[in-house]
Amino acid sequence: MDSLILFIKDKAVGSLTSMVAELITEEVSQLSNGKSHCKGACREQRSRSSPRMLGLSSQICFSQSGRQSLRLAAPVWNWGTGSIRGLSRAVDPEGIQRKGRTLFQFLADRFYDVAAVREYLLRKQVLKVHQKNRSFTYIKERYGPYVAGAHFILKQGGAVKFQDKEWMRSSGRGLSFLEFWEFRAVPIEAVDASGCAINYQGLDHLLALKELQSLSLRCCPHVDDWCLSRLHQLADSLQELSLAGCPRISERGLACLHHLWNLRRLDISHLPAVSNPGLTQILVEEMLPNCEVLGAGWAQGLKLGLEEQSQDTASSPIPA
Amino acid sequence: MPSLPFSEWDGKVSEIKKKIQSVIPGGAWNPLYDTSHLPPEHSDVVIVGGGVLGLSVAYWLKRLEKQRGAIKVLVVERDHTYSQASTVLSVGGIRQQFSLPENIQLSLFSVEFLRNINEYLAVVDDPPLDLQFNPSGYLFLASEKGAATMENNVKVQSLIKEEHVPPGQQGLPKAMLALCPSMGFDSGAVGLENEGWFDPWSLLQGLRRKVQSMGVLFCQGEVTRFVSSSDRMETPSGEEVILKKIHEVHVKVDHSQEYQPVECAIVVNTAGAWSGQIAELAGIGKGPPGTLQGTKLPVEPRKRYVYLWHCPQGPGLEAPLLADPSGAYFRRDGLGNNYLGGCSPTAEEEPDPGNLEVDHDFFQDKVWPLLAQRVPAFETLKVKSAWAGYYDYNTFDQNGVVGPHPLVVNMYFATGFSGHGLQQAPAVGRAVAEMVLEGHFQTIDLSPFLFSRFYLGEKAQEHCII
Repeated sequence: MDSLILFIKDKAVGSLTSMVAELITEEVSQLSNGKSHCKGACREQRSRSSPRMLGLSSQICFSQSGRQSLRLAAPVWNWGTGSIRGLSRAVDPEGIQRKGRTLFQFLADRFYDVAAVREYLLRKQVLKVHQKNRSFTYIKERYGPYVAGAHFILKQGGAVKFQDKEWMRSSGRGLSFLEFWEFRAVPIEAVDASGCAINYQGLDHLLALKELQSLSLRCCPHVDDWCLSRLHQLADSLQELSLAGCPRISERGLACLHHLWNLRRLDISHLPAVSNPGLTQILVEEMLPNCEVLGAGWAQGLKLGLEEQSQDTASSPIPA
Repeated sequence: MPSLPFSEWDGKVSEIKKKIQSVIPGGAWNPLYDTSHLPPEHSDVVIVGGGVLGLSVAYWLKRLEKQRGAIKVLVVERDHTYSQASTVLSVGGIRQQFSLPENIQLSLFSVEFLRNINEYLAVVDDPPLDLQFNPSGYLFLASEKGAATMENNVKVQSLIKEEHVPPGQQGLPKAMLALCPSMGFDSGAVGLENEGWFDPWSLLQGLRRKVQSMGVLFCQGEVTRFVSSSDRMETPSGEEVILKKIHEVHVKVDHSQEYQPVECAIVVNTAGAWSGQIAELAGIGKGPPGTLQGTKLPVEPRKRYVYLWHCPQGPGLEAPLLADPSGAYFRRDGLGNNYLGGCSPTAEEEPDPGNLEVDHDFFQDKVWPLLAQRVPAFETLKVKSAWAGYYDYNTFDQNGVVGPHPLVVNMYFATGFSGHGLQQAPAVGRAVAEMVLEGHFQTIDLSPFLFSRFYLGEKAQEHCII
């Protein structure tokens, strides 16, 4: 049934030339915003092949149901606005939409085909991360967990240190066939996964390394609180852990580091998602008494009340 | 018209536009009576109750439908502010420490859903969801009597989670013992991964946003009547059975006598604490007691209190959600030494569920002594605030009711979870959607949770209830 239903998305509309169309758009968006039901709005038109008419006639035949648009949570290149989108976007989505709308995004809001292309591009990026974190079951069964873990880290661009050997970095090519054979029983003692796209699934490879002493997850964009809750499996060997600069880690994830009773050095500086870095550092230091915690510094966030106080601290230390 | 002042001109223009819209073909042609504020006249599925379970069913129905836009879903919610809804008043915990395998599987899938929530519930151009999940885990303590049951439960859980629990690990790890030095217990079980607590309001908002973008309609109103048609059928043994099919739902608008008869094919009852009333409206339970017609839905509202207190010397950042064998529980809230907790009252102490007033004496008399006994630091604490919420309590066996009713053939239930509905909502929503679309459970088999167990008397008893 061809029902010519006027339904435009309830977002800031781009530039429509006709005043009539703009007024009607505004009115309908107010109607659809305020009351969250639109009669007949859920009628689905699957006419992917038929072109839609924009503008003056204001007869746009589509609806929003079933559009499974995906949007990445990690900071990725947003084709629409042409900028890196991070997690701090929660502040003012409306304003950012109005500023950065390109033609592609404008069309994607109005045409199923363009929206499907956008979804596909975003979905491809999600799948890329999943592909990077796939498990190497064959290598693991054949050559052991150390080789599988090392291959995984080196393929992602990290560095690995086997016991009694030097650091190895291989720019994305992983271990060579000879090295598989050479290292199949040599435990790994240190891993540097800085900047790698490792996520919850990929952490399986690291958790199989039972002699791991030092782990560096600096600036990993997909490591979040859920991943930290898995680190308890390395509690017997892990002595050094660095989480600096990870955008998704908050104090809730840091709370589950208390299982790491062997930990001696912990770096939790520059975590943007932690709400109160100074207080968090104090609490983490209390939680892990044997560990040296490198963080923001407990004095960060403390306000000096009077200006004289600040001058005094500059000139002479305040007696304890 | 040009003689009107400018401010009235706007109102006139909007009225004219409304009239134009109603005349343009494709809009509803109601020149006499504007019904745009009422729910639609037809809908394939009507979901009664817009809490986390109702929205989860709506999400999975739209996600699992065979063709995009094949199913029209309407969610009817009486209170859009969710002021009495169990979802938002919940403490928000999620755990896999149950005794029934089905419950463990439901929680496992739900936790995987929450972990990947930004892939499931992504809406274009909207910021990602932050559930504020605390992966600190649940710590269940067991008295001497309960230690054997707990050991069994842990074995079942590890089988389902496919993990290896080393023997003797039922004793607590050293880190936990450091929490409360003078505990007088023998054993406990702590979940190290995939357990914790999160913010239910953000889950609700995320589901609502996603479900609206998928085309589900929302309406604010109260279901007052079900109009059904009956059919007489004979069982193989010759008994006569009357099967009913609901074909209309009357939705009454707030503060008005207007109602809209919504023609529907399937009704899903996710009304939470009020599911019993909705079931009675549909005629479930009207019959001689002891027969299938006379079996009511045994879900009723039970009031539970949650208290927020401050204790400067309390357990630190590493504290899990501790559940005492006496029924008291608490968890840390934020970084400022605040704790949330409560206790389930015994059958004699059940408060009156007529309102959501808080009884502070209950804390003084019942909850505080139990807490102070378990954690000595809690002897000095100060209650900062408290609230009350409803459990959709299943008086039969405290486990959920999922699936269709045997006699009212197109009413599906997803209710009665007695305090663990929030943590199982994503998986239960999927199960109900599978039941509606395929006719049987596909991923997790919830046959022990069907309605017929109330008539047959088969309890699916869950032992680890807080």
